[in-house]
Amino acid sequence: MIETKNLSYSYHSEDEENEAVKEEVLKELNLKIKKGSFTAILGSNGSGKSTLAKHFNAILLPSGGFVYVKGMNTHEQKYLFDIRSNVGMVFQNPDNQMVTAIVEDEIAFAPENLGVKPQEIRNRVDECLKIVGMQEYAGSFTANLSGGQKLRIAIASVLAMEPECIVLDEPTSMLDPKGRAEVLDTIKMLNRAKGITVVLITHYMEEAVMADRTIVIDNGKIVIDGVPAEVFKNVELLKKLKLDVPQVTELAYELKKLGFEISDGIIDVDECFRELVKLLGDVK
Amino acid sequence: MFKNILIGQYFPSKSPIHRLDARIKIIMMMAYIILVFNADKPVSLIMIAVYTLTIVIVSNIPLKLILKGFIPVIWIFIFTSIVNIFSVSGETLLSFKLFRWTLKITKEGILKSVFINTRLLLLLTGTSLLTLTTQPLMLTDGIEQLLKPLRKIKVPVHEIAMMMTIAIRFIPTLAEEAEKIKNAQLARGADFESGNIIKRAKSMLPLLVPLFISAFRRADELSTAMEARCYNGGENRTRMKQMHITLYDISAIIVFAVCSLFLLISEFVIEF
Repeated sequence: MIETKNLSYSYHSEDEENEAVKEEVLKELNLKIKKGSFTAILGSNGSGKSTLAKHFNAILLPSGGFVYVKGMNTHEQKYLFDIRSNVGMVFQNPDNQMVTAIVEDEIAFAPENLGVKPQEIRNRVDECLKIVGMQEYAGSFTANLSGGQKLRIAIASVLAMEPECIVLDEPTSMLDPKGRAEVLDTIKMLNRAKGITVVLITHYMEEAVMADRTIVIDNGKIVIDGVPAEVFKNVELLKKLKLDVPQVTELAYELKKLGFEISDGIIDVDECFRELVKLLGDVK
Repeated sequence: MFKNILIGQYFPSKSPIHRLDARIKIIMMMAYIILVFNADKPVSLIMIAVYTLTIVIVSNIPLKLILKGFIPVIWIFIFTSIVNIFSVSGETLLSFKLFRWTLKITKEGILKSVFINTRLLLLLTGTSLLTLTTQPLMLTDGIEQLLKPLRKIKVPVHEIAMMMTIAIRFIPTLAEEAEKIKNAQLARGADFESGNIIKRAKSMLPLLVPLFISAFRRADELSTAMEARCYNGGENRTRMKQMHITLYDISAIIVFAVCSLFLLISEFVIEF
């Protein structure tokens, strides 16, 4: 679906003495994202994860190497709209990605840009509202929605392009816990039920656990790449990268350090509970 | 301070006037302005007044809301009245001395000021009827459609309409933000209420600067989000909501045309 080959990106800025500085954000990154997969990209602030995401739909173009979306090179201008309608992108701030004041107009925005016929746009809008479970809000003002609802509308408005892949750039970081749960459920459903390829950029470990693949990026390079359970075995390394492991993983890790026999890479609460019960049984 | 800002001043209702096509309403509005300016006889003005009042009643808009719209311009009414009463020459009703000047109130002056104020009142009622009965977004769409021919002479019609749409969309967002910044500044001891007008204007500065900076940041993010959704200007763009001329619109045009005809007859044909 998406492939990067030796992707490098650097931008130029000026330091205090007004001298041009080249700052390398991504360094020869090689990555392949499979169709239908759910990938989480983790990294602390400044690791380059958002910059990477912006390469997936040609908002940024590589300064070195290539990015291919379904075999289309993002450098080539003629593929631009094909790429952007195939890889939808949802951003962090729900307020700053809405163009119109009314929910259904917002969702219609992208298909209108693509020149879809009015009747077909109507169908897509209704369909997308249904997918994110917000049919009754079609005529509402976007300003009156909660953060979680706004973000679901942002997702729906990207879905209206009928993309094969959705990239979400820290979608939950400005939401309250309820809004976050709503958005995460929607994302999970899109991947499981609709078969849409999902790339979730985040710095919350709990969200990375939902994915089938977790990639940890630091300083513009891939540091760890694997299934979540494997990735979270590297507690020491993750902590060094200023990333927090999920609480249950940390608990298991600390217990193990104290000499208790508990398995590595525990990522969900149920699993942790079973292990603890086993452990307590031993202690008795 | 910012909480009560409505989006436009739209008053929701399902009246026939609300249901009219925005384009038709805009065109009728313009014709109405021309008619009001050309009405030189009291009879014509009375006719227009009756006509306007009928629309107000049909449109379900509470009269109070329209009267409220007159409050900000009340000084203009008073000013034009005073100027007209004292400056128009004619049959003197009353004259008195104020310091060195002799002021004369004339019959013609009073008549003229009544006339002009009625005109202003009608204009204001007519124009606010348009914004009260039409959703701001419908209005922008209507303006875009009407201005379309100007594209031939390189007027960026679509861009103008898009700007208006985005501006309307960001009014509540920025109002909310302004409220937040205001509270943050109040918490640090800022004073927005006391002092003379210059002092108060100055005290708004710490509010406006952060608001502007954040507006620019928002604009930047929004443009990226629009690009990500394949926005490419007005070319080859379709619209989900198509505007249709319905029977309502046609009957409204007919009513309007008949009224205008009566008016023109009273204005130019019949002599009083």
